[in-house]
Amino acid sequence: MSLVSMTASVEPAEVTPAPSNASVARGGPGRLLRPALGLLLPVAVAVAWELAVRHGLASGRLVPPPSVIVHTFADLARTGELELHASATLSRVIAGFAFGVVAGTVFGAITGYSALMNRLVDPTLQALRAIPSIAWVPLFILWFGIFEASKIILIAVGVFFPVYLGVMGAVMSVDRKIVEVGRAFRLSGIAMVRRILLPAVMPAYVISLRAGMGLGWMFVVAAEFMGASTGLGFLLIDGQQLGKPAQIVAAIVAFAILGKATDWLIVLLSAPFLRWEDRFGRT
Amino acid sequence: MLVLDRVGKTYPNGVHALDGISLTVAPGEILVVIGGSGSGKSTMLRAISGLDTPSQGRVVLDGMTITAPHEQIGIIFQEPRLLPWLRVADNVGFGLEQCPTAERNARVARALERVGLTDKARVWPRELSGGQAQRVAILRALVPRPQVLLLDEPFSALDAFTRADLQDHLLDLWADSKPTLIVVTHDVEEAIVLADRIMVMRPHPGRVHEEITCDLPRPRDRQSAAFDFVKRRVLAALDRSLERAVITDDRETKAAAGGGLWW
Repeated sequence: MSLVSMTASVEPAEVTPAPSNASVARGGPGRLLRPALGLLLPVAVAVAWELAVRHGLASGRLVPPPSVIVHTFADLARTGELELHASATLSRVIAGFAFGVVAGTVFGAITGYSALMNRLVDPTLQALRAIPSIAWVPLFILWFGIFEASKIILIAVGVFFPVYLGVMGAVMSVDRKIVEVGRAFRLSGIAMVRRILLPAVMPAYVISLRAGMGLGWMFVVAAEFMGASTGLGFLLIDGQQLGKPAQIVAAIVAFAILGKATDWLIVLLSAPFLRWEDRFGRT
Repeated sequence: MLVLDRVGKTYPNGVHALDGISLTVAPGEILVVIGGSGSGKSTMLRAISGLDTPSQGRVVLDGMTITAPHEQIGIIFQEPRLLPWLRVADNVGFGLEQCPTAERNARVARALERVGLTDKARVWPRELSGGQAQRVAILRALVPRPQVLLLDEPFSALDAFTRADLQDHLLDLWADSKPTLIVVTHDVEEAIVLADRIMVMRPHPGRVHEEITCDLPRPRDRQSAAFDFVKRRVLAALDRSLERAVITDDRETKAAAGGGLWW
């Protein structure tokens, strides 16, 4: 909030006895202004770069100006290339995410629930987690070939760990007092999971899904670097090899849009289950 | 009829929390258990509830030995322990899963109306005050109509005014279906407001020290001379119960019994 709008809103609040009026008056422009403020810096930089290239102060060959990027993006979209590569990447991420989430949830729930299984399985998984996942690439190519299987498995590995850790931690930290309420009402097995444990771990689970999705997008690039003829990662490599920086940036923008969209989708789908949360962030 | 037959509890680390208590509680009776810390009040209550199993003796309700939580026994804890993801009405109806929806809704609505919380039915637990939340917790335990209701220091986290209010609510609700109430408290006035019988316990190991019958007519006037007389008796008994107690580190016992679950 800028200094100007701060003083503008504080003063009438002190004069008028009804503070609700003052906050309503501030809500209107303030709500629009806040995201706009965040855009100020990138837009200024983009405009400055655009002008610099237009006026011949810079060549813009390696760092294409915004107009060229927009143009390239539109070109890729028009020829259908963007759709082809984006959908190839998206389907890999979704497949890898699905496998990773299922495995992470199952293992996380088991090791979180049973102390014995935790002692048995968790050390191994933690050791595997310590391996930089990109280190698996050569092995996965030997094992699963250079086509879809090795890519999806690599993405699944990336998604697995945050989900596994999140679910295990969430199950382990379910409030014992709440579990006892379940016991007092004679819940056990499936009923205990459905009525107590599942809702209790939901907030942490959603966060781990979002973290997993983030890593999924990270790993799809690595997967597509290891040899692909489609995908946004291929567009990156292709742009590098053929000296088309605008194509690289366009692919990066596509990643940003898709990554943000999938994250937003998770938030949107989980929102109805988390309405009860007493969150700091809710104002 | 609830019968405790030489119920004792020694925790795995060797702490002897409860030493062979035998006790009979009549249907509809209100028994208040009072005593210093470490006198095994909560241990006894948890054994009756079936949440913990006694290491000696047994708890018998109408001829059935209680070894696990039972549908005829409800329990209310010091904190409300409402399920934060369920709205107030769903919390109240939590124990009525098997009930047809229409009947469940009717019983929940009636219960909420009974304690003046009808307008809070669709609200999340976090939006309730401490007293309101504890009222909801009482309803949640009472709505399945248990024969025995256990209360483990149910009002000790509340301010004095709210506490008195909830004691009245509890007696009101009790009068509806007359379940057996066993209330653990360390508040002498609360004991006398509620009790038909007050059981004073003594610590290390926990055992019954003295029983005081309390037959003042209800509703009880906290200012009356008769009330004061009983209060003096209970205070004197409490004094005596603690006199010969061996003073050991009480925190150790609590940690042994599972930290936060034990008071």
